[in-house]
Amino acid sequence: MKAFSALLDRLTYTPSRNGKLMLMRNYFISTPDPDRGFALAALTDGIPLQFPLRRVLGEIGESRFDPQLFRMSRDDVGDTAETVALIWPSVSAAGEAPRLPEVVAALSKAGRGGHAELLTQWLDRLDATGRWALLKFLSGAPRVGVSARLAKQAVADAFGQNVDDIEELWHGLEPPYQPLFDWLEQKAERPALSANPVFRPMMLAHALEDAEWNALALEDFAAEWKWDGIRIQAAGKGGMTRLFSRTGDDIGNSFPELLDHFRFDAVLDGELLVLRQGEVAPFADLQQRLNRKTVTKAMTTKYPVHVRFYDALEIGGEDLRGLSFMARRKRLEEWHASYGPPHSDLSEVLPFEDKDALKRRWEATREEGIEGLMLKRKESPYLAGRPKGHWYKWKRAALTADCVLLYAQKGSGKRSSFYSDYTFGAWMEKDGASVLVPVGKAYSGFTDEELGQLDRFIRQNTVERFGPVRSVAPKLVLEIAFDAINASARHKSGVAMRFPRVARIRWDKPAAEADTLETLKGLITSAR
Amino acid sequence: MLATADTLQIMKLRLGNGAGGQLQALAYGEPIKVRDVTVRLVPAGHILGSAQVVIEYKGQRAVISGDYKRHGDLTCDPFELVPCDLFVTEATFGLPVYRHEPDRGEVAKLLTSLRDFPDRTHQIGVYGLGKCQRLIALLREAGYDRPIWLHGALRAMTDYYLARGFDLGDVPSVAESKDKLAGEIVLSPPSALGDRWSRRFADPLAGFASGWMRIRGRVRQRGVELPLIISDHCDWPELLQTITETGAREVWVTHGREEALVHEMGKRGIAARALRLVGREDDAE
Repeated sequence: MKAFSALLDRLTYTPSRNGKLMLMRNYFISTPDPDRGFALAALTDGIPLQFPLRRVLGEIGESRFDPQLFRMSRDDVGDTAETVALIWPSVSAAGEAPRLPEVVAALSKAGRGGHAELLTQWLDRLDATGRWALLKFLSGAPRVGVSARLAKQAVADAFGQNVDDIEELWHGLEPPYQPLFDWLEQKAERPALSANPVFRPMMLAHALEDAEWNALALEDFAAEWKWDGIRIQAAGKGGMTRLFSRTGDDIGNSFPELLDHFRFDAVLDGELLVLRQGEVAPFADLQQRLNRKTVTKAMTTKYPVHVRFYDALEIGGEDLRGLSFMARRKRLEEWHASYGPPHSDLSEVLPFEDKDALKRRWEATREEGIEGLMLKRKESPYLAGRPKGHWYKWKRAALTADCVLLYAQKGSGKRSSFYSDYTFGAWMEKDGASVLVPVGKAYSGFTDEELGQLDRFIRQNTVERFGPVRSVAPKLVLEIAFDAINASARHKSGVAMRFPRVARIRWDKPAAEADTLETLKGLITSAR
Repeated sequence: MLATADTLQIMKLRLGNGAGGQLQALAYGEPIKVRDVTVRLVPAGHILGSAQVVIEYKGQRAVISGDYKRHGDLTCDPFELVPCDLFVTEATFGLPVYRHEPDRGEVAKLLTSLRDFPDRTHQIGVYGLGKCQRLIALLREAGYDRPIWLHGALRAMTDYYLARGFDLGDVPSVAESKDKLAGEIVLSPPSALGDRWSRRFADPLAGFASGWMRIRGRVRQRGVELPLIISDHCDWPELLQTITETGAREVWVTHGREEALVHEMGKRGIAARALRLVGREDDAE
């Protein structure tokens, strides 16, 4: 528990990805089994503990500390679990700190009545950081800024393996993953792939740059629409189907109607959409279906989901990833013609005459309510990760607006000494006067040199400071590029931008000439 | 103004030669009589020269602690307990959530981080008077013998400690270096963390040595990656221990969280009340 709590402690304060990787790598190398396995579980899928933390803390709290002092402390600390961890009196000679496996084993045996006693004696045996980490562990998800993928990456790095190999084994393993660590330490053979469907690392696309487009030999590529849903991998095997997100999270429980019909022996790649009478609904509709623990009948009727397949990694137990895109596509079409389940279809491969013709289709995407085009090299195998030169996403041209910089906030990590997060506004009429109302935030799109210039401007034009935030004299115009703008009741301005970024800094443009909120509202697209 | 010789020197360094008006140095333990009242200074264990004031009058004794701590410190005399009737105590960390960790463990955390991140400059924010020199002494005690680099604002006070005979090893100024100081320790005032000054370093890792680093919200608020819980003030158990040991029947609480301490004393049957002084900021450490 000591090494684990030190790890969680450091992770919460380490912003950089490489820093987190390094901390986890060192932990996995130096920690024995089965402790590290349970730690890995906590950092990835979580350990399914049924621990009523809130109730138990309520039960034992008052026996250990003065409620009035607790309240005053809670006000100072701002977090209940952390306050408990800090205020808990240290007990000398309470025994060694518990190890993670001990905690997991005891909890699996404990009845409802035994929780308070267990927790009390563990807290007695731990120091402040250990108590905090234990309470985080018992709350289910540690939330220390580490994705499941990053934790697996750290394990792979620690033992010089490829993370994709771990990913392929993952769903066949259970905490504390002893066979995995045995294999990584070369004490045993690679564990067999599980009999259940497993996640295959996905192939991702690069954004297409203008220069690349100009150089592209288009006859080598197939084109498809770029669908505005979420990427999904449907994996069926042995009568069981799982739906994985891009990062390998199993999200099938949110889509029971798909699991009901997707009964096949294949691993397919596609886009999850809400579809009504053949028309793709706005992304916001799909969002209604994400991260739901329980799915009502009303939900499935109101937001009917659908998968548009565009690739096949495996069919009937045969690994197709080494084949070319066109060969895989042919297999996918044949398979779908015979076995295609309800709530699914195929993404069309778009015919086009020549480069100009395709460019015209791309230019029309915004009007047609489509996010852009995908270009896939016909000869490419299915490669994990984001390999260069194979798949391109060609997003429709961005919308732009000239907005005025209003607030700036310091970044984190390498940007911690720079004001790098910007809130910008547009003009609106209020009681006969023009005022600026915030319409969005951006923290990308500029070069390092421009970041330096912006930072200097902000320091020289600060009006007020609120902690890490500065308000800035409203005189610098930023040209903001964004993919779309939607009506939003949650924002004061009534609009919300999708993917805003700084396209240009308009040092030359007077703030009075920036765009108005009315102009922005005119860009709102109605649902397609 | 009556103070220890060290305090008077430190005041001059801080505030200039005209500070304090008429100055009179008083050694620890040396009594001075003002009519029927005897006054003496005893070590408070806070920083070099810090003192409690012991006032005696007709068999009654009052002790005014000032800032103090019970935890050992290589750079100042230890706190001296003086039994008294009235004890006026500080309460900077007057809540039971504040329990400072042993300082050697915190220094070990810093050394571990240097091993984990050998390519990053470890920039540690420290209060310039006391904390800075204590941290250097702790690092030396732990066997760290690389130069420890100082921000210009820490120079004068550290030089004073050196002149007073504390062996702090090699403590050059950052201004003397043309290098990015990757893998080195740099001490600076907390305000220079994540500031433009820090851009000269190799991917700086911000640390902060303070009792406030016990609270995660405060760590995050400051953008600190490496919190070191090292304080020159009493933590909660030390406050309770000290008050009890003085045997005082009456306690006045000042400088911080009076409310919790007054509440706790009430439970223990000790008359305590808050004595509010104007102009004290709790983030001063």
